[in-house]
Order: sequence, then C-alpha cells, then structure tokens
Amino acid sequence: MDLRLSDEQLMAQKTAAEFARGEVLPRAADIDREHRFPAELVRRMAELGFLGIAIPEQYGGAGLDTVSYVLALEEVSRACASTGVIMSVNNSLVCDPLLKFGTEEQKQKWLSPLATGQLLGCFALSEPEAGSDAAAQKTVATKDGDGWVLNGVKNWITNGPNANVCILQCMADPPGRQAGHKAITTFILPMDLPGVRTGPPDKKLGIRGSQSCQIFLDDVRVGRDLLLGDVGMGFKVAMSTLDGGRIGIAAQALGIARASFEDAGRYALERRTFGQAIANHQAIQWKLADMATELDAARLLTLRAATLKDKGQRFSKEAAMAKLFASECCNRAAKECVQIFGGNGYVEDYPAERHYRDAKITEIYEGTSEIMRIVIAASLLKE
Amino acid sequence: MQCEPSEEQRLIETTARQFAAEVLRKVAAERDLNGTFPERELRQLAELGLLGVNVPEQYGGSQAGVVAYSLALAEIAAADASVSVAMAVTNMVAEIICAFGSEQQKQTYVTRLCSGEAVAGAFALSEPQSGSDAASLQTVAERVPGGYRLTGNKQWITSGDRAGVIVVWARTDGGKADRRNQSAGLSAFVVEGGTPGLTAGRPEHKLGLKGSTTVPLSFDGCLVPESARLSREGDGFKIAMVALDGGRIGIASQAVGVGRAALMAARDYSKERKQFGQPLSDFQAIANMLADGATQLEAARLLTLRAAYLKESGQGYSQKAAMAKLYASEAAGRICDMALQVHGGYGYTREYPVERYLRDARVQRIYEGTSEIQRLVIARSVLKEFSDHAS
Repeated sequence: MDLRLSDEQLMAQKTAAEFARGEVLPRAADIDREHRFPAELVRRMAELGFLGIAIPEQYGGAGLDTVSYVLALEEVSRACASTGVIMSVNNSLVCDPLLKFGTEEQKQKWLSPLATGQLLGCFALSEPEAGSDAAAQKTVATKDGDGWVLNGVKNWITNGPNANVCILQCMADPPGRQAGHKAITTFILPMDLPGVRTGPPDKKLGIRGSQSCQIFLDDVRVGRDLLLGDVGMGFKVAMSTLDGGRIGIAAQALGIARASFEDAGRYALERRTFGQAIANHQAIQWKLADMATELDAARLLTLRAATLKDKGQRFSKEAAMAKLFASECCNRAAKECVQIFGGNGYVEDYPAERHYRDAKITEIYEGTSEIMRIVIAASLLKE
Repeated sequence: MQCEPSEEQRLIETTARQFAAEVLRKVAAERDLNGTFPERELRQLAELGLLGVNVPEQYGGSQAGVVAYSLALAEIAAADASVSVAMAVTNMVAEIICAFGSEQQKQTYVTRLCSGEAVAGAFALSEPQSGSDAASLQTVAERVPGGYRLTGNKQWITSGDRAGVIVVWARTDGGKADRRNQSAGLSAFVVEGGTPGLTAGRPEHKLGLKGSTTVPLSFDGCLVPESARLSREGDGFKIAMVALDGGRIGIASQAVGVGRAALMAARDYSKERKQFGQPLSDFQAIANMLADGATQLEAARLLTLRAAYLKESGQGYSQKAAMAKLYASEAAGRICDMALQVHGGYGYTREYPVERYLRDARVQRIYEGTSEIQRLVIARSVLKEFSDHAS
C-alpha cells in the first residue's frame, strides 16, 4: 500500500489546478448563465493535452494514466462542471474506445486528431426510447454493398452540436434478426456526412455550458473502414467504454462536491449570525465534517478504480461504486452548500445554486444510480 | 499509487483470518450468550504476534506496521467483535507506552502486553462525569514521597478487571486549574492490575460486545512509584489525544470487520432464501440494499486503510483517522441494520448472527470518541485549513 502520487500525476494535477483557477473559474458563472459552449477553454485544454490524457503520445495523447486523468478532471470540474464533462466525454467515451477497439489505421486517422483536440468527439447510445436498456435501441445499420446505411435518432448527445466525430451505437441489419445485445454494433461517424443532422441544443437544468442534442440519421452511408470492432461487438464496446466513463463522471462529481464544500466552508467563515461566524455553530460544522468525509471517501473510491484500470485489471464494480458514491455524495454536498449559503444560495450572485443544478446530472448519465446498483449487486452476488 | 496491501501485510491478514475461522467464529455466538472473557484466545493472539502488531520487535512486537494491524483487526472483528476490542485496546496501550514510555517502562510493560503475560491492556480515561470532555476528569494524583497517590473513579474500562497493565489519567494540578487550562493539568500513569487500592466494580450489562468485559475502576489512595508516570507531568492530555487518534484507526478497522461480516451474511442469505418462487437476491429491492452496503463498506475500508497508511508513513493523520472512524462506524451500523432486514424474522433471532453484529456494532459510534466528537475534530481541522488558505 502506497498512496503517494507520482511526479507526473502531481504535475497533471497542478497544471489542471492552475488552469482551472486562472482561466476556467473566472468564466464559469457566465458560461452557465449564457448556456455558452466554452470553445476557448476547449482549445486551451487541447493545448494542455487534457483532451487525450491517458492516450499514448504516439496517438497524440499526453501519455499519462487514468489516475492523472481523474486528478485533472476533478480540478477542471471544481471550477466548471460543464467544461469538465466536455473533457470527460472526449477522453473516456471517444478516445478510449478508439484506443481499445480501433484498428491501427483508425487510430491514425481518428484517434490522433481527437486526442490532440483538432477534432472534438461525442458518443451516441441513448435514444428517445432507449437509455439504460441498450438493447432497446432502434437506430439501425442496414448492409449495403461493402458498407452500411444508418437510420435513426439519438438523444441527449453531449458535445453533439460541437462534435466532428461520433462514436455511434446501433443495431446491425436487420433489427431483430440477431437477438438483443448481440446485434449492437459501433461505428465511427464523421458528423459532416450527408444525412447527419443535429437538433437544437437541449435546455437543461445544469451543465449548461456543455451542449447536448439529438442526432438524426437519415440514410447515412458509411464504409467498412468506419466500423469500430466487429459487427455485433457493440455491446462490449459500449459497456467497456462506459466502465471507463464512470470513472470520469465520478471525477466530475468529485469536482462539484469539492466546489460545494470549499465555497460553503469559506462562506461559513465570513458570514456572521448571533455575533459569530456561522462556522462556529455546530449545526454548520456537522455539515462541513460530513461533506469533507464523504468527499474523501469518494475520491479514494475513484482513484482506486483508476489504479485498477491502469493496471489492466477488472474495474467494472469499482467504477460503478465510485460513480454511485461520488454522484450521490456530490448531490448531498451541493444541497448542504445551498443551505449554508441560505438565501444567498438561492440566487445567481453566488455559485451555490449552480453547483446544485450541475450536481444532479451525475446521478443520471453514463449509467443511472439504479444501473450502478445493478452492476454492483450482480458482481457481489457472483463473488 | 498502490491501493493494495503488500505481501507482508497480506500475510498478517491471512494469519488473523485463519485464526478467526478456526478458533473464534464457531464459538462467537456462544461467547455472546455466556459472556465468557476470551482469556485463552488472547494468549493465542499473543502467540501469533497480534497483540503488538505495530510494536518494535525489541519489545516483543511484530513490527508489521499500522496497515497490517488494521487488516488483522478487521479479520478478528469479522469473527468476534468482543475479542477484537480486547485486542485493539491491548495494542493501543502497548503502542502508547512505546511512544511515551521510558526505556524501563517499555521493557517491563510492552513486552508483557505483547507476550500475553499481562492478559490484556486497559485504557482508563473516562469517568462517571467525564467522557467526551476528557480534560474535566476528576481523578487526582497527589504527590507523595517517592511517587503518587491516585484517588478517583473510572468508568467504562474495557478489560479493566482482567488487564495486567492499565494506563490511567489523573490530575496533577490539584484540581486548581480553571476550565480553559484544565488539559494542562493531566498526567498519565502505568498501573499494574492488582495494585493495592485499585478495585474493579461489577461488569456492565451491555447491549453488545458481551465477551468483552467493561468495568468501573476505583482508585482509593492507590500508591504508585514516580516511575509509573508516562512522560512528564502535564503531558497526559496530549498522550490521550495521540492514543485516541491511533485508537480510532482500530475502531474503524473493527467496524470494517463487523460490517463485512454482516454484508456477507446478507448476501449469502439472500441467495438461499426463496420467496415468490425466486431467491431474495433476484429482487431489485434486496439487490439494491446489498449494493449500497457493499459500496459503503468499500468507502469505509479505503478511508481506514488511508488513515493507517498515513500513520505508518509518519504523516499527520488525526483528521483522517476521525473521518475513518466516523464513516466506518456509521456505515457498519447501517450495514448491520440492512443485513438484519434482509434476514427478516430470522434476523431478529439468535439463530443467525446478524442481531449480534448489530448489537456489537452499535458501540463503535460511541467509544474512543463519539461520532459527534469525530465531527468536531474534522470540522475544526477543515475550518483551520480554510482560514490558513485564506490568509
């Protein structure tokens, strides 16, 4: 047991903390208020190597590990959860499956520009009537000569309005011929192909600087070179990708939880009632103590899942635990943060209400808390 | 970053697990019923090196470190929490004498604790009117030629009627200090069990930990030599706080052990028990309870090992031990309650071990610093970090 971070990991954390404090935090409130995609911050993240942190340098990445990714993502999300999820999607849901399942040619063509940030990626699994239940997808890839024709609608696609490339899940032709999961197939979809259209950005409760939308596929022709993995391998691609994605969302939740905790703690030292700082009241101290404890526990769970991924060991259960715990902890922390700010917590002049709105999505996307519990229980019952 | 224990640490854990499986587990229910003090088992723990896991070899310890201690204690606690609390207090007393004692005190008392000759160690801080507010304790150590005369009453002393070595806290300021300076007036003494003037009262009838004995101690002009004093006069409060910081890692480890036993019992029962034609584990309501229990247990385990790691590597760990103790004890309480619920009516009877786990776990939120004191420790420490950061 040795909990020291390596010099590289500390450097990634420090670089991210400086970027977050100096460039992201001053813009966070405006990004949220204006529902603005922070293109200038995405460019800066590309320069810093944050869009492909754990991707080898030969494919344009920073060549670091998952632990570094978690540390950097927590820092960015601490300043702005919207910027955090843009980073998380490109790293976990786009670069990671390309690295793991792509051919050498696909890596050269797609992974390198995505990891360097020349291109931005998105990941499409959910549909109007398929979310947690991936096998209920209706988007279909119909064989056509040497390639396929794609038709369908995808929902809630983070980075959708801004992305150049989509990691697309769909059912191989014809739907229903192969049963359920075995039909799921993954494509690398360039977003500028004829027949690809994005809907207007979703109007969301939180993470308003990260844009999500529907993607409409209308007789989109793709060649064999855009198939990621084999036909019917999509469920494996999606599950493996989401396992890693959950570490990312756990790290994002850590960032929001820390923002809630730190903003609340500093406010509690300044705000006075009954002749003393509210931080001197045990009712407030209790909230801060519980927030600090849960935040530490969430971080340990997340880093542990990351170390397992880095070592090439199984980490599905650990990633699910990290995501479940961190997302729920961050919602409790954001709720208490609003409470500690009192009336000021309810208005946009202070960051508390933004944390509260940003926190909620972490319990929903990349596997709801309910799906996490199914993953954890299944693994526990099998042991 | 390496979250897994080393081979050597695993070895100690395995030793403890085997002993727990072969010796403790099968008689745990009976011990709970009869309240038999585990005298023979403590001797066996001593033979395995588990009464001084983090004590240097030169004083009879295993010198295996705090992480190994935490892992071993969790294994013992998973089988029988009563045995684990006697083990925890003995280790704590041995460690505190190592940290603050004279060479002679270490040679005399630590070796006896580690070898099992002392049966157990005891830690006598609480009093009838002084618990969380330790600095207000009233037992007096009065200077007499060649030593001290101890007079006062101690309360809730684990193993107090069996321990060969007892660390006792008393006032050496004659009780004159005002409230603000009370903590400077405390000193700690190592007293041997059976010293004239020291008597143990009737063992408490407790909710759980029935195989552990908890007694009041009365010091009635009990004479001890000057050499019995640990460190200097006035160091008592500091010694108590250091001891409790380490002790909290012990209680957190105990909570992890009991919590794991309860979770595993719930998991196994949910797979066997069928209702509506399918195992309970196939119902999402039950599977969700198990998933939350497993997640919280893992969080508790990591917080505990992190605190142990920090202590072992010589870093500050007071806040982190408080977090581990707070979270692990509260999580163990929830997990035991959940496990009993999964067992339904059977869980409420002695036919299954979960009602014992629930009773045994309850005290973890109270002793060695209540959950409320842990929150106080954590809040003070994080607020200080905020103020330091701002200035």
